[in-house]
Amino acid sequence: MNLLTLDLSAIDWARAQFALTAIYHWLFVPLTLGLGLIMSIMETKYYRTGDAFWRKTTQFWQRLFGINFAMGIATGIILEFEFGTNWSNYSWFVGDIFGAPLAIEGIVAFFMESTFVAVMYFGWEKVSRSFHLASTWLTWLGATISAWWILVANSWMQYPVGCEFNPDTMRNEMTSFADVALSPFAIDKFCHTAISSWIVGAVFVVAVSGWYLLKRREAEREMALKSIRIAAIVGLIASVLAGATGHKSAQTVAAVQPMKLAAMEALYDGGTAQGLKIVEGIEVPYALSFMATNDFNGFVPGINDILKGYTRADGTVEPSAQEKMERGRAALASLAAYRKAKAEGADDTTVNCQLSIINSNMPYFGYGFIKDEAELVPPVAVNFWAFRVMVGFGGLFILFFAVILFFDWRKKRPTPNPSREGGELLPITGEVGRGAFPAWLLWLSIALVPCAYICSESGWLVAEFGRQPWTIQDMLPVGASVSDIGSSAVATTFWLFLALFTTMLAVEINIMLKQIKRGTE
Amino acid sequence: MTTHESFWHKAFHLYYDGFRNMTLGRTLWLIIAIKLFVIFLVLKLFFFPDFISQHAEKGHESDFVAGELEQRMEPPVVPQGGQSED
Repeated sequence: MNLLTLDLSAIDWARAQFALTAIYHWLFVPLTLGLGLIMSIMETKYYRTGDAFWRKTTQFWQRLFGINFAMGIATGIILEFEFGTNWSNYSWFVGDIFGAPLAIEGIVAFFMESTFVAVMYFGWEKVSRSFHLASTWLTWLGATISAWWILVANSWMQYPVGCEFNPDTMRNEMTSFADVALSPFAIDKFCHTAISSWIVGAVFVVAVSGWYLLKRREAEREMALKSIRIAAIVGLIASVLAGATGHKSAQTVAAVQPMKLAAMEALYDGGTAQGLKIVEGIEVPYALSFMATNDFNGFVPGINDILKGYTRADGTVEPSAQEKMERGRAALASLAAYRKAKAEGADDTTVNCQLSIINSNMPYFGYGFIKDEAELVPPVAVNFWAFRVMVGFGGLFILFFAVILFFDWRKKRPTPNPSREGGELLPITGEVGRGAFPAWLLWLSIALVPCAYICSESGWLVAEFGRQPWTIQDMLPVGASVSDIGSSAVATTFWLFLALFTTMLAVEINIMLKQIKRGTE
Repeated sequence: MTTHESFWHKAFHLYYDGFRNMTLGRTLWLIIAIKLFVIFLVLKLFFFPDFISQHAEKGHESDFVAGELEQRMEPPVVPQGGQSED
């Protein structure tokens, strides 16, 4: 079988390549955000207590942070290359808007992160404790702000606001930076994504610490026990907050991307008082309505409702797919007529008439490229299961961190020791070994590391598969966004990336494991 | 003036001593350098040209994109006139 001539179109190869790059890039980001927070908390403990133990502990986790940070650097830049080559129509059409947050992200990442990362690693003996602490927090904050701008750009594609189409330049121009930067979709998405990244960092810290305890590494024992406590507190708070922000995200999606929500639930025929499916055939009554509308009896449209058109709770009517397609075609036809009239020097009345038609139908511009309404339905199975994997692991993490904290609390609780005369109060655990944590729990913590990544990537799958076929919601489908490029060219770079990324990942895992084995020496 | 010099002196030594004393960092910087070389001097140069600037005449990029989109639209159902927003 020739891998370069697999029966896939250029669109599918371009999608696959973008997905591969984004998924790979996202392997590094959550650990940067999560571990960055935890190591900053640890250094704060060093700052407050002056205890050298916390300095050593912080430096250990900063080394692992550095490996992950170095491996993740620039992997996102490849996505921007892909915009210009594979998605050139898209890049031209919305580059003025999409480019702004990306440019801000680049500047912030370069100046803020690179400056403070240097102080964080090189400055332990060179700067004051308070300045070093500030640098560590600002490294984490810089990474978080970078994530903010990337998610603003992504959110704009899911919910395009603050822009106006210019038919002369064929570009969308920004009319309100505030609307783009502070869109409710972006805020919800950022909160959910950033907080869920803390879970990845927390699971990682508990797992590495758990490994030291399982291996009975005396030199790392105290660090492991205290790191587990901090990570588990961060993880439990993050897991609960991720649930809350996920609920808010679901409401935003229900409002602006109802098809995505319907696909997530495999809901074909909607209605009021909808239950949330655990799996097909088992559901939690009223939960979907509550998740989507904050009302147990709220109306949730299904895929068929959205295609046929429906009336929202506020009485407004959502047009049918056919009507949207007709209006999209009207906008596109008028766009062609407008540009022809301008090129031929037609009178203002003709030009303005076409412009008026474009503007009035612009909300459905992208539907003019849709041939069949079936194209408007995203891959239901992927959305349905990715959502369940994400939520399922999210729930598991709440339980996991709660159990970890329970054992940690029990370890500290004094209890009568019958082996000692007079029932002397002693900790129920010894000063050596695994502390209070049973081996199964520590092994589980290690097994949960890949699960944390799968959970995080599943969130990305829900967000991105759920908005298909749109590159920009209602404005531009993938078929119109992609360049007229040969599929073999994209296939070549796809396999090249796969080889490159796999190599890089193997190198990172190898360096990371070696560093973990070395411990705090 | 002394403070100014002192700041730059300190900043220089922060980086100079930091880079000189790196251990794990040397490996990481080597990987970063290789990665940046591959990304910018191999992938960007040979595999990721700017599609529009390669295919469109300079100054006529909007015509090129308009042509691309027109090729992909469905035959318009309503060629003249349309429906208002409400």
